[in-house]
Amino acid sequence: MTAFILRRSLQSIVVLFIMSLIVFVGVNLVGDPVDMLINPEADQAEIDRVIRDLGLDRPVSEQYWYFVLNAFQGDLGRSFIFGEPALKLIVQRMPATMELALVSLLMAVVFGIPLGIYAGLKPTSKISKTIMAGSILGFSMPTFWVGIILIMFFSVHLGWLPSTGRGDVDTFFGVTSSVFTLDGLSHIFLPAFNLALFKLSSVIRLARAGTREVILQDYIKFARAKGLAESRVVRIHLLKNIMIPVITIIGLEFGSLIAFSTVTETVFAWPGMGKLIIDSIYNLDRPVVVAYLMIIVVIFVMLNLIVDILYSVLDPRVRIKGVS
Amino acid sequence: MDPILKINNLQTHFFTKAGILKAVDGVSFEIGAGEIVGLVGESGSGKSITGFSVMGLVDPPGKIIDGSINFKGQDLSALSNNQMQGFRGNRIAMIFQDPMMTLNPVLRIETQMIEAIQAHDGSISREDARIRSRDTLGLVGISSPDERLRAYPHQFSGGMRQRVSIAIAMLNRPDLIIADEPTTALDVTIQGQVISEMQKLCRETQTALLWITHDLAVVAGIADRVCVMYAGRIVEQGSVANIIANPMHPYTQGLMGSVPSQNRRGKPLQQINGMVPSMLNLPAGCAFQNRCNHANEKCSKIQPDITQLADRRQVRCFNVPAGQQV
Repeated sequence: MTAFILRRSLQSIVVLFIMSLIVFVGVNLVGDPVDMLINPEADQAEIDRVIRDLGLDRPVSEQYWYFVLNAFQGDLGRSFIFGEPALKLIVQRMPATMELALVSLLMAVVFGIPLGIYAGLKPTSKISKTIMAGSILGFSMPTFWVGIILIMFFSVHLGWLPSTGRGDVDTFFGVTSSVFTLDGLSHIFLPAFNLALFKLSSVIRLARAGTREVILQDYIKFARAKGLAESRVVRIHLLKNIMIPVITIIGLEFGSLIAFSTVTETVFAWPGMGKLIIDSIYNLDRPVVVAYLMIIVVIFVMLNLIVDILYSVLDPRVRIKGVS
Repeated sequence: MDPILKINNLQTHFFTKAGILKAVDGVSFEIGAGEIVGLVGESGSGKSITGFSVMGLVDPPGKIIDGSINFKGQDLSALSNNQMQGFRGNRIAMIFQDPMMTLNPVLRIETQMIEAIQAHDGSISREDARIRSRDTLGLVGISSPDERLRAYPHQFSGGMRQRVSIAIAMLNRPDLIIADEPTTALDVTIQGQVISEMQKLCRETQTALLWITHDLAVVAGIADRVCVMYAGRIVEQGSVANIIANPMHPYTQGLMGSVPSQNRRGKPLQQINGMVPSMLNLPAGCAFQNRCNHANEKCSKIQPDITQLADRRQVRCFNVPAGQQV
């Protein structure tokens, strides 16, 4: 197990390195941040000074070299706009995004798995067909549009839930989050649902496909032949087997929930990392964009590792051995 | 012997888009307490569906539409699924064909055994159920059963897994075990061991056994009586000795002829001509007519009825040798 984690960590460092190269070169190809930063009436001497201060007069290779050197010391550069370390800016906004992503994931799993299993067990019933049609809608409707419609309906028309922002936060067992207050919950519901919709649809489809496959297996019939109640057959024998593909997708999708919460965060003015990255891209705030992408890569790599470890918990046949 | 299972005119049909498939079409037979009955037939002859019908585990679109399954005085075909649940794994247990597929790969052996006990005995403690599971594993010849209880199915070989399935079937001391080709997926040496152990266990515990197989040689080794099935019907039944010595139905004769044996060394094996007819499109009259050497015009028009012979023997053929009929 230790060897496995160690090897995976080494692989992750290689991935990080390659990613940093691509990202760094990529952001240096688009636009000129100086135009965005400087007062249009500034003279050439002023412009030259800013360019020198930001280190943009050096060749890209040299900039990259200093970026890597600093990165090893935990410094991913300073924001051009805020003048603060990019890492600090992102970490400040991370809890809001994490909270949004976790609540969405929870929604997707808590609703998706039972709905998917139901649709798999009774594929011909009207309810199942409705669930499956709904999951296609969930897949195909654009997130920003659904977000706007949710605001229109629940906030504007019915006036039940607030339309933007994050609610009051409270600290519970050392964790500060807005889900511990009623105000916070009312604020998070719409954006979380909006973000969850796509994942919910994929969890439903996966759980249904898994159920359709597993239910035909001999071990399900054998479990019934033992005289087990149908509820136990579904909850233990079926669920544990369909969880393997579901966990993979949940794990990998959690990364994309975080990475692509940008749209939802923008629509609902949610003060998270996603909103920061969008603003930073508009302003060509290169260090923040690079730092954000690096962090996302780390999150993806970590999630992959966690998924692999979870596999071995769920499926005894893939228990990880030190030698493998 | 008083029969503990008496199946009468069982009709299990599958309502498919292509039409009604009569997988089991008027099957009747009995099993006495502690008796071992072999149910022999080709793939698709309806023998497994007969077993599943008794268990109440016929998957849709299949349905028992007629007949009775009388188990110790109670008609199982009339019971609800919940009532059947009390019988399954308790009074009637089943062993499946492929031991690689019958145990849940993600659950420990002990979980799969203990749940089978607790499903039928709400008051038994987990610890007691575990002890009974361990003892039963020992009974079917699994060494160090204590350790084995903690194992997962993939840590066992095929033969060992089938022993575990047999142990699970025997956990609640059932009156009847339905074994659906339990040795087909095993290699021959293991096959022999499993057969003789099953036989011994059933004799010791007075458990009746319905052994479903396509292999006449296996049945000859284990069963007291044999039912031969063809296209959803029993075409011949009787004691093993009688059927082996003197098969009467042309299909049974064909099956016997296609088993390699010492007596006919050097001669080519006989085979049954043709193929099993499509169950969706059975010919009028006898289902075996187009593969039968004795078929005549009557066979293609009228469905032969069961002829009762001496020694509880039955044949479904017009060409039963004269003088044998009762």
